[in-house]
Formats: sequence, structure tokens, C-alpha cells
Amino acid sequence: MSAGTTTAPVEVDRPADEDITEPDVPWLVIVWNDPINLMTYVTYVFQKLFGYSRSVATKLMLDVHHKGKAIVAHGTREKAEFDVSRLHAHGLWATMQKDT
Amino acid sequence: MRNLSRRVRRTRRGDFQVRLPESERAILRSTAAQLREILPSEDPWVRRLFPPAYADDPAGEEEYQGLVHDDLVQQRLRSLDVLEETLDRDRLDEDQLVAWMGSINDIRLVLGTRLDVTEDDRGDEVPDDHPEAQLQAVYHYLGWLEEQIVESLAEGLPT
Repeated sequence: MSAGTTTAPVEVDRPADEDITEPDVPWLVIVWNDPINLMTYVTYVFQKLFGYSRSVATKLMLDVHHKGKAIVAHGTREKAEFDVSRLHAHGLWATMQKDT
Repeated sequence: MRNLSRRVRRTRRGDFQVRLPESERAILRSTAAQLREILPSEDPWVRRLFPPAYADDPAGEEEYQGLVHDDLVQQRLRSLDVLEETLDRDRLDEDQLVAWMGSINDIRLVLGTRLDVTEDDRGDEVPDDHPEAQLQAVYHYLGWLEEQIVESLAEGLPT
């Protein structure tokens, strides 16, 4: 746990429809290894699309390269579909599936 | 022997200097024209540009392709427009260079799929008189050029 001050917990005001707009089971966006895309290019795309730092993007790229795949994003079905389509626009082999 | 001097660099002003011999611009021109021709087709190699989003859900996949396929074709055609319009320039702004990168990557994906390249292809295993030697050379040239483009663009991103 991070060190902090000793103020009492604050009651968070949650919107009533949060469970509808943010389902408990999110969708995962997965990028698969392929022999054509350059490692530098894949790192660049992760930075550009998701705003990751170069070190985070490089780690994800190396996971794709060495382990065959990496989860690069998650969220609602709509968000996952949007992310997958952006990755497809950049020529990356991306799929989406429900978190299990 | 190819002249291996650097082709692309970011300038202090934040745009990009592109130093390409005419022979290399000609490669970009002809491969871009070929991609433009096959993009809207059912060409088996061009399918690599439109991967499935849902591996195990045919209904979801059909819906996804219906939603995005035409958009992805249009985006790729727009990048090709920019590449073709700016092919003779030696200065590009960032958006233009990003379009070059996108089109070159698309061309490499189609070529690499056609050549059935593997992870450790080094480009030296095909003899010069092999029917695919020239395609191989183009494929490796485009990878070399794209690497420089990506490096130049990445300089502008946070580390």
C-alpha cells in the first residue's frame, strides 16, 4: 500500500448506471506475433494509439515477439472493437475476446 | 551495391528530410500503384490487411467486417493518395510521412505474405536468378526504408 495521510475514507458518488456502461467482464484486445511487421514499428504503433511510454510499448512489443501475443488494451466491447480496428488500420494482427 | 546513406531524418524545424534516389522513388511509385489496384479486390494476399477481430464468433466477425472493412480500404487509399502526391518531394511534414509509413507497411504486408516470409528471413537465401529474387529485394528495401521512417517519427514521442 502506498503511504498516505490519515484522512477518513471518502464516500464516492457513483453514477447509478455505472454497471450498465461498464460491465464487470471486460473485453481484451490481443496483438499476435507476425513475421512481417518491424519491431520498431509495432512499438511506435502502441505508443501512438494508446499513449504508452516507450518502455511500456517496448515491453508489450517484446511480449508479442517472444510469447506470441500480448494484451494491449481492454474495456467495453465498443472500445475493444474501436481499438482492434485502429490496430488493423496499422496492419497489426489484433483480435478481441471476453476476459474469462 | 546500394548506397546505404540515411534516407530520412527529422529536421530541427520538426519536419522531415527525405533523400531518395530516383530509382527508389520509382519502386515506391510502382508498388503503390499495384497496391491501389488490388486493395478493393479479393486478392488472397491483400486479405492480410484485413484480419479477423473475432476468432471464434462468426456472427460478431461478420458484423465487424461490415462495419469497418470499407473504412479500412478508404483509409489505405487516402494514405496512397498522399504518398503518390508527395513522392517527388524532399521535405515532408509529419502527417505526410505517417502516410508514407502506412502505405509502405501495407505494401510490405502484402509482399511478405506473398513471399511467405518467416521470422528469421535475412533476404540472402534466394539466388539472384530465382524468380522471386526481385520481389525479395524490394521487400527488404522497403523494410530498410520503413525502419528509418519509424525511427525518425518515434523521435517525437515520449520515452
